[in-house]
Amino acid sequence: MAFNLEEVRPSRPSLPPTAEADAPAQSAIRAYLLSRGNSAVSDAAFRWLMLLSGLSIFAIIGIIAGELIAGSRLTLAKFGLHFFFGTAWDPVSGHYGALPFIYGTLVSSLIALIIAVPLSIGLAIFLTEMCPKPLRGPLSFLTELLAAIPSVVYGLWAIFVLAPILRDHVNPVLIHLLGWTGLFAKPNFGIGMLAAGVILAIMILPIISSLTREVMISVPRSQREAVLALGATRWEMIRMGVLRNARIGIVGAIILGLGRALGETMAVTMVIGNRPDIVKNLLSPAYSMASVLANEFTEAADSTYLSALVEIGLALFIITILVNALARLLVWAVTRGAPARAS
Amino acid sequence: MGVGIQVEHLNAWYGANHTLMDITLHIPANEATALIGPSGCGKSTFVRCINRMHETNPIARVTGTVRIGELDIYADVSPVEVRRRIGMVFQRPNPFPTMSIYDNVASGLRLNGFRNRRVLDEVVERSLIQAALWDEVKDDLKKKSGASLSGGQQQRLCIARALAVDPEVLLMDEPASALDPIATGAIEDLIHSLKGRFTIVIVTHNMQQAARVADMTAFFSISKGGEGERWGELVEYTTTETIFTNPADKRTEDYVTGRFG
Repeated sequence: MAFNLEEVRPSRPSLPPTAEADAPAQSAIRAYLLSRGNSAVSDAAFRWLMLLSGLSIFAIIGIIAGELIAGSRLTLAKFGLHFFFGTAWDPVSGHYGALPFIYGTLVSSLIALIIAVPLSIGLAIFLTEMCPKPLRGPLSFLTELLAAIPSVVYGLWAIFVLAPILRDHVNPVLIHLLGWTGLFAKPNFGIGMLAAGVILAIMILPIISSLTREVMISVPRSQREAVLALGATRWEMIRMGVLRNARIGIVGAIILGLGRALGETMAVTMVIGNRPDIVKNLLSPAYSMASVLANEFTEAADSTYLSALVEIGLALFIITILVNALARLLVWAVTRGAPARAS
Repeated sequence: MGVGIQVEHLNAWYGANHTLMDITLHIPANEATALIGPSGCGKSTFVRCINRMHETNPIARVTGTVRIGELDIYADVSPVEVRRRIGMVFQRPNPFPTMSIYDNVASGLRLNGFRNRRVLDEVVERSLIQAALWDEVKDDLKKKSGASLSGGQQQRLCIARALAVDPEVLLMDEPASALDPIATGAIEDLIHSLKGRFTIVIVTHNMQQAARVADMTAFFSISKGGEGERWGELVEYTTTETIFTNPADKRTEDYVTGRFG
């Protein structure tokens, strides 16, 4: 009973001969296909349409940048680069320096990231790897609901709920424990840089966590099994088999969250304190670029003032681009040589 | 050196599906044992029960005992400890795409806390030599990622990764089914060179492959009950030669001669 293919091969039924009845139908299909031509026109039209969509991005960016530069001609000519490094903002006496706003935007966004990144990655890990099934749906729904709340509502909540909590319960502890760093000191109003950072953290949490969850889910099961088979614990499996493969997507999620934090206007305006100072103390009032635009645009009586505000818009535009470029550079440096995603 | 595997009355389920029915099988140490059988007969589930990977699926369930050497893996230890002693190679090569070739091989050791560079270098080289991949990759160990290799090389990389932790048993779940004939030949040669040092259990749907690499062969089949239920069971387990030349069971004969499956 050794292998003898000829003997053991089961007899297979041969294919039925082409039925005569099918012939007319088949030739109709063939005739139709032949009559379609080479589709060169529709293909070219499609290509041009897509090219146009791609190029429109350049046009939009170009128009925005052009408008911002044109609108800030006056102050650009008058102060030059000093505008971006000046610390005094006094429209009455004609002093315009944007540094306090740049500082406020960057620091409040940084606080937001420091709070939101670990929290949202933790939430994403819990949702994808550990959450009991019945809880998974409601929890992701609630997380995504956070993203749908209008920012003015966040602002109101921050004024009436968050700021008093910070003032009465959190800030005293921070002053007591970390006062020596100089980052937390009296006077303790509740509103200020820290409050802005915390409300921003809550606002960007849903973006970062839901995108992180998506990339974690897309890591193939074979990667998790590869790590488990090596004798990994659950946490080691998540670290080596999931987070490592998802890291580029996670950085992308963080960049998107940061983008929202940098540009957020309403909620920040309501709790940051709106004082153009650069101080180390995170509990004192500060100001951000988007906030000063929202607050002072209607008050800009003379053309220099208006030009200064538009130039702050330009600065925000440039800083957003710079921060994004830097983040991408970071991703590139970390993952150099390694392919972007799991196979 | 490898150890033998004693499987007694093993039952496995996926949800309501009784995937494996009462399997008793003694796998000898330092030999290659092939598991063959039609799709759905539970041969993959069987190897996944040996390193407790089956239970990582939330709807999966196992009863019975499996002994690796003297160790009762379902009673004495945690699944993590079991998997540290047993290497596994999967159907599709699954190297870590974000790691270099070196880091792929070292991953099992690093996971368990090895940091000594000299030891790691040594183990990586030894494992890649054992997996017959060293000559092809030695010049770009740290430059190239695991995913940049060809399919056959990736699978040998995965074998090197499994060998690096010096397992007592090496499980291979259709390790060549995603590879071309030349890469398959390389994997089979590799299995030949590894048995004697490791206990190898290989699942394959390719009977010639089982005939070429295995000392012992187990034939699994699907049985059907009265009310539409079906389960996988062990039909025959003996030396590879006997299975292919003089099987005792009619079902085995039909399968190995190509009349079924």
